[in-house]
Amino acid sequence: MKSQLSNHLTKKGGQGYYLTLHRMLSCGGGSGHCSKDMAVELGDEPHVLVVDDSLIDRKLVERLLKNSSCKVTTAENALRAVEYLRLGNDTLEGTVSEVNMIITDYCMPGMTGYELLKKIKESSVLKEVPVVIMSSENIPTRISQCLEEGAKMFMLKPLKRSDVKQLKWHLMKCRN
Amino acid sequence: MDVVNQLQRQFIDYSASLHREGFLDDQFTELQKLQDDNSPDFVVEVASLFFEDCEKLINNMARALEQQQGVDFKQVDASVHQLKGSSSSIGAMRVKDVCIAFRSFCEAQNREGCLRCLQQVTHEYSLLKNKLQTLFRLQQQILAAGGSISEWNK
Repeated sequence: MKSQLSNHLTKKGGQGYYLTLHRMLSCGGGSGHCSKDMAVELGDEPHVLVVDDSLIDRKLVERLLKNSSCKVTTAENALRAVEYLRLGNDTLEGTVSEVNMIITDYCMPGMTGYELLKKIKESSVLKEVPVVIMSSENIPTRISQCLEEGAKMFMLKPLKRSDVKQLKWHLMKCRN
Repeated sequence: MDVVNQLQRQFIDYSASLHREGFLDDQFTELQKLQDDNSPDFVVEVASLFFEDCEKLINNMARALEQQQGVDFKQVDASVHQLKGSSSSIGAMRVKDVCIAFRSFCEAQNREGCLRCLQQVTHEYSLLKNKLQTLFRLQQQILAAGGSISEWNK
């Protein structure tokens, strides 16, 4: 079993995020392989990053997830998400308080959710994090495009509690 | 308490009429179910955000449609798309339905059609705002009288 110990000081930065001490372990065997965070093993709530330019939708998804015992961070566009995740910065990628899932809107100004998905999948550290795409429009070509690029799921907005149940199931599956 | 029961009855009846008349759909009910002791003002907060959003977007659409040199229908459509999204997320069915028609007129680059829809959407938005304010007032009265609104929201 390969293990990487990343040591980072726990500090409260000016921007208010915390770098945490964690050990990343990879699960052996099987067709997929996930990173298990020791903090997660101790029963912590899964941490989900929600990316959407609509404030109302951010609030809605955040509430749905919090009601399902998830820790939530929100970003108002893909660029903010890229900054938060430190995508493209080899030494810092994955050093943010471990994100267990990313849910992103498809249609966003600037970088779309699809482009964000591609960036995440290009990252050696973050590519295993399940990415879910949301959209208000049911466009089959859009859906297959996202799934082909590696999105875990595609969901139609507005999200409901039953959708979040499905998401959690995927999260649990990935952990085990 | 009799007063609480009366108010709760009023709340239920008013809520039912809003659904019956198509102002609200199931998504609004979903929002009410998300409310709990941890987030007792959730629906009011989301509704306020929606109203702010509506006003901003309606102004954007009006400005874009006023352009004498030529209307940028893509710009109008972008605002309508946003409004359609928020109204869908909150369960504002009538507003959402106008947005759907509105988008068709944008696509057809039909200025008259767009202006009509703008009028309609403004009308529906202010109707809904009044009705939700009434609903929330009832909610406040129930809570002030020591009653609860969460049990039978589920």
